[in-house]
This record gives sequence, structure tokens and C-alpha cells, in this order.
Amino acid sequence: MERVPVLKIGDILLVSIQVDMSDQTAVQLQEDLAERIVATGCHGVIIDITALDIVDSFVGRMLSTIASISRVLDAETVVVGMRPAVAITLVELGLSLNGIRTALNVERGMELIAAAQADDYDYSAEDEPDDETTATR
Amino acid sequence: MTAGIDLGHPQAQAIQSDEDVVRVRQLVRTVAVAARLSLVDQTKLVTAASELARNTLVYGGGGVAEVTTVDNGRRRGIRIVFADDGPGIVDLDLALTDGYTTGGGLGLGLSGARRLVDEFDIVTGSGQGTRITVIKWSR
Amino acid sequence: MALSAEENGRLTGLLSEHAERVVQRWTEVATASLRGRLSQAELRRQVQDLHRSMVEAGRGGSFDLESESAGELRAVLAELSRGRARQGFTATETAVSVYGLKDVLLELLESDADTALRDYVAFSSLVDQMGLFTFESFVRTREGLIADQAEQLLELSTPVVKIWEGVVAVPLVGTLDSARAQVVMERLLQTLVDTSSPYAIIDITGVPAVDTQVAQHILKTVVAARLMGADCIISGIRPQIAQTIVALGIEFGDIATKASLADALRHVLRLTGAETARRQPRRES
Repeated sequence: MERVPVLKIGDILLVSIQVDMSDQTAVQLQEDLAERIVATGCHGVIIDITALDIVDSFVGRMLSTIASISRVLDAETVVVGMRPAVAITLVELGLSLNGIRTALNVERGMELIAAAQADDYDYSAEDEPDDETTATR
Repeated sequence: MTAGIDLGHPQAQAIQSDEDVVRVRQLVRTVAVAARLSLVDQTKLVTAASELARNTLVYGGGGVAEVTTVDNGRRRGIRIVFADDGPGIVDLDLALTDGYTTGGGLGLGLSGARRLVDEFDIVTGSGQGTRITVIKWSR
Repeated sequence: MALSAEENGRLTGLLSEHAERVVQRWTEVATASLRGRLSQAELRRQVQDLHRSMVEAGRGGSFDLESESAGELRAVLAELSRGRARQGFTATETAVSVYGLKDVLLELLESDADTALRDYVAFSSLVDQMGLFTFESFVRTREGLIADQAEQLLELSTPVVKIWEGVVAVPLVGTLDSARAQVVMERLLQTLVDTSSPYAIIDITGVPAVDTQVAQHILKTVVAARLMGADCIISGIRPQIAQTIVALGIEFGDIATKASLADALRHVLRLTGAETARRQPRRES
């Protein structure tokens, strides 16, 4: 079975899916990512799907699950690089990928994560009551 | 369902494992590209094929997919038949409802796939296996 | 209507024996009908091709266009029709280039009166078949041309323009049917990727009416853009259209709508400005 590599760049885990994943590979990726988030303590996950020519309901569900898991582990997930044809198909399929944050490309995705982390920092610095951030910092 | 004339022999792909679902996707894409479907139509058809192939594997206990290029005189299209000898679908209306699932999925397989193709035909019944035929015409 | 083996042999013989004369006369007949819009040299080359592929088909065993030996003949006929269709000749002018062979055959057969009539009838039905084939190829090419032009027209009528760093706009003008809405959707989304723009403004000032289907297409575009990581703003909703939207019960949900393109741009700039000035909270609650 093929395995999708997970790269660590600074405070971000980058997953670039380059193969047509079998369902098993997708499930494996989900497990690998959860482990790496805990092991590295990263607060951002970028999943680059530029190379994917389709996203079906299984992969869609995997993306949602990864986003939920990483949220529990205090990491922000951004899915980047979805192709127009894939987005149109997903809308027709009826999959809205609720709760997943998206960006046009890796660069925009990194900006998004940086912005989210800056917010966390701002809030704790300003000493605003913010349950989300006080627990971890 | 308008039949159309077959162009060439159907290409078959057995669906017995996870990897076979990937192979079905690749086969459908190759045929769709050769039939000059637009990029969006290719994507829709391959996605539908992926959903239906997974259904054949998970609910039908495996089966076969047959991909054929067809021509109805005006347009070219791709017909895919998914057949299995599984338990069949008892309540078809319910199975075609968005969000209904017995297998722990999102319940978008059948209903979603139907929205992605131009023609959708299903023959099934309790204990009779399932045979789903879909066609996507080029625009 | 297929030629018998005997007739087949005679026609092949006739064509190859009098090759030079057939090509010469055939070219003359064809030239006359095209009134000099195609050079004689070019016509002669086409006629030579036709003649050669016919002799080939005859030697292969059958002139019948359905048969295997006539493959080359079919190709030459199709190529001829395609060329004529693209150059703007009429279907008749195209077919006459083939029918010209009848005159030539008649002249050749007159010298041998015995079997002449029977052969002529048989040969001319073959030429008719060839003519019809040309006609069909001609029509198909024309239809293709029309379809291409319709597509070009669609693309021309839906410009997607970058109006600011990170902002693209589509000013929609005219009736929006399903086919056009689809083209707009695809082009808009592709432009977002190409220009790496996270904002799109869909301006519908120039759209006379919005029905459920068109509204659905716009909504789908907005959702698809969101999936890709971009936001859409709809501007230029005229009063009547606002009323239709409400009357039809179409839910625009949380999609931003603005009165004019200018308002929409201001809205986007404020969003992006706020983002850089004070990292706007983006984490969903």
C-alpha cells in the first residue's frame, strides 16, 4: 500500500497528496497525521490537493475528519489547491465539506494559519477572556 | 434510457478490493479523455464511478464495472455498468435519499452519483444483486 | 446498389485505361461549376486524389463505400468535403465536384454502345452514393463550425477581469441560460486559481431576469469558490430581481450582496485592509 508523506516545515505539517489514493491509503493518512500532530506539537496542517483530479465522498469525509481531529489536538487544518472541476463536482455531489477551511494555494494557506495563530497570540496578550487560547498558552 | 450505438467493445474491470476502485477510476478517466468529454464532465463521471465502484465493493461484496464508449447519433458518451451478485437493495427509494446510509458513509454515494451523470438506471431487489447503468454525454 | 463483380472490373478498367482523359475532363467539369473560386491546379490535384483512390478501391474488390477497400476513397471524400465546408462553398458546389464524374463516364461509354446504358446506370448510382457521402461530411463539418462559433461567442460574452490585487470580477450581461452559466462558473473559478485571487465579484447589473435555475447556478458557483478558498460577492441586484429572488423563495443565505460593483469592491478592500491592519479573527467559533 502506498503511503502519503507528511512533511514538517516550521510549525506546520504539510501533506501534498500526489497519488490516486485507495480508501486504505486515505485512512492511513488520517492516522499518520494525528500521530504527527501530537509528536511534533505543530499548530497548523496544510493538505495540498492540487494534484487530485477527483475528490469523492470518501476522501471528502477523510478531509472533514482530519480537520476535526486536528482541532481537538489544537491544530488548524487548511485544505489548499482544490481544482475548479473538483469543486464544481463536489457541489453537485452535495458535499459541502463543512468545518474545513480552504485556501487557493499553499502560500495562501500558510497566511491563513499565520493569521489564526496571530489571533491567538493577540488575544492572550490583550488579556481578553478567551477560553480557546488560555488553555494552551 | 436511450441506448445509443456502442463504439468498440466494453472494457471490464473487476472490483474485488480497494485498489480495484482506484483502477476503475483510472479506466474511466482514460476512456473519458479519449471520448473528448470536457474536463468538468470527466471529473463528474470519474467521481460518480468512484462512488458506485465503492458501493459495488462494500454493499455488493464485489463485482465488475464495464466501460463502453457510445454514440447516440448526435453526441458521444460513456456508459458504465456496475454489476454485483450481492444482497441487492430492498428499499430503493430510501437508498436514493441524500444522507441515508447503512454502511457508515455519508449517504451520498447513490444519490450523489445520480446527480453527476446524465442517465441513471438501477435494477435491483432483495437477493437479486444490483446492476447500475450510468451514461454521461459529451456536451 | 453495389456493383457486380463484372461491372466493378469494367469501371476499374475504364478509369485506369483512360486515366489522363478522366482526370482532365473531370477537372474541367468541376472547375466550371465552381466559377474560378478554386484554382484549376488545386482542383486537378483533388480530382487526381479521387481518381487514384477510386482505382485503388476498384482493384481492392469493391467500390462500395461501406467496404474495406474503399477506406482511402472515404477519407479522400471526407477531406474534400471538409475543405469545401471551411472555405465557404455550398453543399451543392461540393457535391458537383463528385457528380462531374458522371459526365465524364457518359462520354467514355458512348463509344461502346452495347453495354453502355446498363453500365452507366450502375456507375451513376455509385457516383450518387459518393455524392451523398460528401454531402453528409459537409454538413457534419458545418455543424462543427457552428458549434465552435457558439462556444467562442460564449467565451467572448463572459469576460473575467482582475480589477484589484486579489480581486476578480465578472460583469454578466444578457440572458443567462444554463449553458452560459456553466461556462461563466468554470471560467471564474479557473481565473481565481490562475490569479491567486481570494475574492470574486459577480455583477449581475446587465442580467434582465433571474429565474430559479440561474439563481441556482450563481449559488453553486459561490459554494464551489468557497470550497476552493475564495469568497464571492454578488453585486448589481436590481429591484425586480430582488423581488423575484424573494418570491421564488431562493435562499442566498450568508452570501454577501451589494448594490453596485463599486460597493462590492469597497467591501472587499475593507475586508483585505482589515486583514493586514489587524489580523482579523478568522477562527470559526
